[in-house]
Amino acid sequence: MNQTIRVFGLAALGAAIFIAIGFALPLWLLFTATKAVGFGLIALGIVALMRGGLVSFGQGLYYCVGAYASGLLASRLGVSDIFVLLLVGGFAGGLIAAAISPLIARYRGIFFAMLSMALSMVLYGVLAKVTAIGGSDGFNVPEPTFFGWAPGVESTDLALYVVAIVLAALVAAICRLYFDSGPGLVALASRENELRVEYLGASVFSVTQRNFILSGVLAGLGGALNGFALGHVDPFFSYWTTSGEVVFIAILGGYASTIAVFGAALVVELVRSFSGQYFPESWQLFLGIFLLLVIIFLPRGFGSLWARGAGRRKPAAAKERNS
Amino acid sequence: MDLYLTIIVDGLIYASWLFIVALGLTLVFGVLRILNFAHGGLYALGSYGAAVAVPFFAGLGLPDWFSIPAMFIAALSVAILIAPLIERGLLRYFYGRDEVLILLITYAIFLILEDATKMIFGVDPYYVFEPRNLLGNLELGSLYYVGYDLALIGLAIFCGLGVWFGLTRTRIGKITLAVINEPEVSQAMGVNIGRIYLLAFGIGVFLAALGGAFTSPLISVQPGISVSVIIVSFAVVIIGGLGSIPGAAIGALIVGLARSFAVYEAPEAEIFIIYFVMVVVLIFRPEGLFTPAKARKI
Repeated sequence: MNQTIRVFGLAALGAAIFIAIGFALPLWLLFTATKAVGFGLIALGIVALMRGGLVSFGQGLYYCVGAYASGLLASRLGVSDIFVLLLVGGFAGGLIAAAISPLIARYRGIFFAMLSMALSMVLYGVLAKVTAIGGSDGFNVPEPTFFGWAPGVESTDLALYVVAIVLAALVAAICRLYFDSGPGLVALASRENELRVEYLGASVFSVTQRNFILSGVLAGLGGALNGFALGHVDPFFSYWTTSGEVVFIAILGGYASTIAVFGAALVVELVRSFSGQYFPESWQLFLGIFLLLVIIFLPRGFGSLWARGAGRRKPAAAKERNS
Repeated sequence: MDLYLTIIVDGLIYASWLFIVALGLTLVFGVLRILNFAHGGLYALGSYGAAVAVPFFAGLGLPDWFSIPAMFIAALSVAILIAPLIERGLLRYFYGRDEVLILLITYAIFLILEDATKMIFGVDPYYVFEPRNLLGNLELGSLYYVGYDLALIGLAIFCGLGVWFGLTRTRIGKITLAVINEPEVSQAMGVNIGRIYLLAFGIGVFLAALGGAFTSPLISVQPGISVSVIIVSFAVVIIGGLGSIPGAAIGALIVGLARSFAVYEAPEAEIFIIYFVMVVVLIFRPEGLFTPAKARKI
């Protein structure tokens, strides 16, 4: 109980600080931060899976589903309330993930990564050809309203930023509590040794399934948020390079802290906008070198710099024997 | 009738270059247990290499037919320059670690290669059409085919048989098989496994670059070709079973024929069908169609 109060208190404090900062920020930075929250949400879903030793290279699928579901609802049916649309995005992502989870939870390692990637590419292939919803160009989504309030072009970015920060704080807090709870910790155990977890009476299959659905919900939320932040959705949301970038963010953030992924997402987004402006031909180069450096020197991500238990290094030898 | 012949021949041509690329991917996985994301980048380097080498050798006043060896030379130089750099310089420090971790490392290499290629060769497309005009045309029924395209099928078969022969009929190949099954014991018996890994990785890189070099006359060589190739060749090796040479052949045939069928019969499904086949195969055969038998270890 104490921990619940502490975590939510910290989240509320953090959200208040960031919202206050937001009023002083220029528009482009607000937009970048909102987009970073969207990517951070998906990355947090990957972190949930990574805790169980799985890496999904296809989170773009649920990201895209969330963006399309909320975008279509807004542009075709005229639903404009951002909170309804975010809920729909998260629900749609979770629903598709739930449908796929019994299949995918049987896989491990590379096969998990590849199957998730193939599924996202199936969606990409379909969406790119369905001309009724824009084909490979996608479609524009209208500006959302906030509890009936339409802020107009200038303040929408700020309003969306506030929503994004609140969402990030809320999700980070809930995930922190879930990760530290009994059911959440089983994932860490199954990463180390699935057989022992099964012998102790927990089901690795259902843990994987649960985390997978969680990651679908988070990716759907991120998709809905980014759809409205960008004002446009297209099938590239589901392309494998989108998923790859989010895996990159998740690795950068690491699984020691639930806030770190948002910081990592912001760093990546800033690197992308700056190098996109100054070195348009080489930003992937920086990204790649950065990724290598993180894997080599910070194998547990940025979060391990401040999170509890960062000093405890996992013995690498134990892992080697199993693989 | 002609339509089906077209579908089959086009499918075979597509499958043949795909097989060359996938063969390298599956060989590297079989020996080093690395699923190499950077394979697509190496393919692109092969393409660019050929796009530079063919005009270069033509400029030396060599005869037209020399463009074919020029493409081989391009692929070989990519392998000799890049393979030791990646394998000795980076990958070897991660052997025995999580397969997914190594997947991420190769993803980082892929990102680096992608931009390094742009820096070296620029972003404008290259065209090499000379080799494609060398072998003339061939009449099949009422259809005409470019001889070069059909020769690719022969090259694919040659590469497949070559790797198979090298692995099962030569001394170094048999040592490689021993290393695949039991690296520690092989090392204890005096095998320099680092050298075997480098050799296998080098051949894998060579095949990727060779696939790229020989495809370059069919396409415009420009940034972005690596992204689509890697994902299709992943589909091929996953369908066939990672680490299996016959699997890569069957996988390439399935993907090639499915794609060319889609192109002619249902063009809107072209991208979709490859991954759809992969998903279906994975659902029924979680480890692909031909998974090599593994020695049981306790």
